[in-house]
Amino acid sequence: MTNKNSDNSAGKNPLPDTYSTRQEVLKNEAEHLENGLMRINLGPSHPATHGILQNVMDLDGETIVKARPVIGYVHRSFEKLGEKYTYNQFLNCTDRMNYVSSPMNNIAWINAVEEMIGINVPSRAQVVRTIINELSRISDHIICNTVLGVDLGAFTGLLYLYHYREMFTNILEKMTGARLTTTFNRVGGLEMDIYDGFAADVKDFLKVFPKILKDFEGLLIHNRIFIDRTKGVGAIDKETALSYGYTGPNLRATGCDYDVRKAYPYLLYDQVDFDIPVGIDGSVYDRFLVRNEEMYQSMKIVSQLIDNIPAGPYRVEDYHYSLPPKKDVYEKMEELIYHFKIVMHGIQVPPGEFYSAAEIANGEMGFYIVSDGGKTPYRVHVRRPCFWYYQSFPELVEGSMLADAVAVMSSLNVIAGELDG
Amino acid sequence: MRELSPDHNIKLKENLAGRFPNAGFKVEENRGIVVIEASRSSLIELMKHLKEDAGCSFNVLMDLTAVDYLDKRKSEERFEVVYMLFSSTSLHRVRIKVKAGDGDDVPSLVSIWKGANWPEREVFDFFGIKFSGHPLMERLIMPDEFRGYPLRKDFPLEGQGEDYLIESILIPDKTKI
Repeated sequence: MTNKNSDNSAGKNPLPDTYSTRQEVLKNEAEHLENGLMRINLGPSHPATHGILQNVMDLDGETIVKARPVIGYVHRSFEKLGEKYTYNQFLNCTDRMNYVSSPMNNIAWINAVEEMIGINVPSRAQVVRTIINELSRISDHIICNTVLGVDLGAFTGLLYLYHYREMFTNILEKMTGARLTTTFNRVGGLEMDIYDGFAADVKDFLKVFPKILKDFEGLLIHNRIFIDRTKGVGAIDKETALSYGYTGPNLRATGCDYDVRKAYPYLLYDQVDFDIPVGIDGSVYDRFLVRNEEMYQSMKIVSQLIDNIPAGPYRVEDYHYSLPPKKDVYEKMEELIYHFKIVMHGIQVPPGEFYSAAEIANGEMGFYIVSDGGKTPYRVHVRRPCFWYYQSFPELVEGSMLADAVAVMSSLNVIAGELDG
Repeated sequence: MRELSPDHNIKLKENLAGRFPNAGFKVEENRGIVVIEASRSSLIELMKHLKEDAGCSFNVLMDLTAVDYLDKRKSEERFEVVYMLFSSTSLHRVRIKVKAGDGDDVPSLVSIWKGANWPEREVFDFFGIKFSGHPLMERLIMPDEFRGYPLRKDFPLEGQGEDYLIESILIPDKTKI
């Protein structure tokens, strides 16, 4: 990308590379440049961008000569807020990163804090977390793959699968009270126990979903139009992908089998049986297939766990880290003091620095925490997978058609909230 | 994070000591991960070695960020740029740190990893640390008109108010009013 930038900027009419020119570009939807190219804006608010992100493109006819992503429209500076919030409060910020599957971000953050402190979480909480984590992965991949279809003119797939995504959202609503920003989990375990009938609800989902997913696949993967629009489009090879810091399904579509769940197992991933699907050429079609297969693998993981949710505590019973039961707080002195200490002084995390990675739907979400021993982190940095791979967007689309750029953007699954942080 | 084969860290330390006998890196282990403190001048050479040497093969730049130690380390340089490397073959990780003072340039890694482009711009955007050799050292996320570097510890959490933005955007030339 860098070389291309410098080459093009030497040309007659360089595309502005700064934010200040962004407003200038926005004056007109499209304008003709002196060198015969046409400059258009894809975004920031456009049906094909799925979120507030902008692409300024110079077109020669319908071919993209140069593309430049402009980001930052939904930046909320979570890293600055993280220095002020306690470890449990920062959970709210992680909800709003990848909002399509917010429980995964919650689990990733809580897992990082627990690893840093060294808490052994009760197995009931771990099992529920693993189940919710995998169901969230399914719900994220549903959005990505169906919307890819919508962008290519296949609306039916969305209608097929969205109804079943709703089943998972209902489970979340029953469990946490929220459908989108779930704030699932607390340090030390779950915030509250799972409701009666949780397992039955999940099993209902597992029973109906594979069939409908098969139907959805059948609509697209053998469809001549879909294949023509996606196969070989936006391809990237393994070395380049690694150089850009790709992780997750987009990296696996290039043939590299790196998955945090296998490489550094967290939660219960070392105890369940699942495979990592990989693609061949890293094109839109491969990414679609990898995500589809990951949904089957996630269901495989969930079905191994759902019958064996162990009884017992759902939260660690060390009241330095988790709130004591409310009944005890009212009746016993010691529990009252613990409650007060946690609410007022937060959870004490040992000083030091720590990096923890988790596999969220888009790839490796990493938290780099620097603690000075206080109730808030001294510095918290979030490695957002979108942010790393979206910078390769110009390289993926330059030289291809405008309509391909839409397909590439969809298949990369760029979530604006995660991208801007 | 799970610790992989522990003797890998020993081998890595020996490898570095063999390749850079006089560089004076501070090498330590933190929770099973080797942390190397390098100087700004030796950074590029070290990174190239870590990426290309067969004994290291850290071929992925996994994360890049900075920390402002303004009120912690008064005698030293205030910023610390942190790189996290990852090997897709051996699955090991290593962390490299470089100290930088206010106004110091840190060498850019874009020539080694293409993915360093945006994260370096992000660090510049939030901390004001410039990376020399970067193709486009400009703000990435904050507006160009923004003054100050928001993740510095002396930047107020509640911001600077909006007056300065209104002055610079809505009233470009105050003298005419």
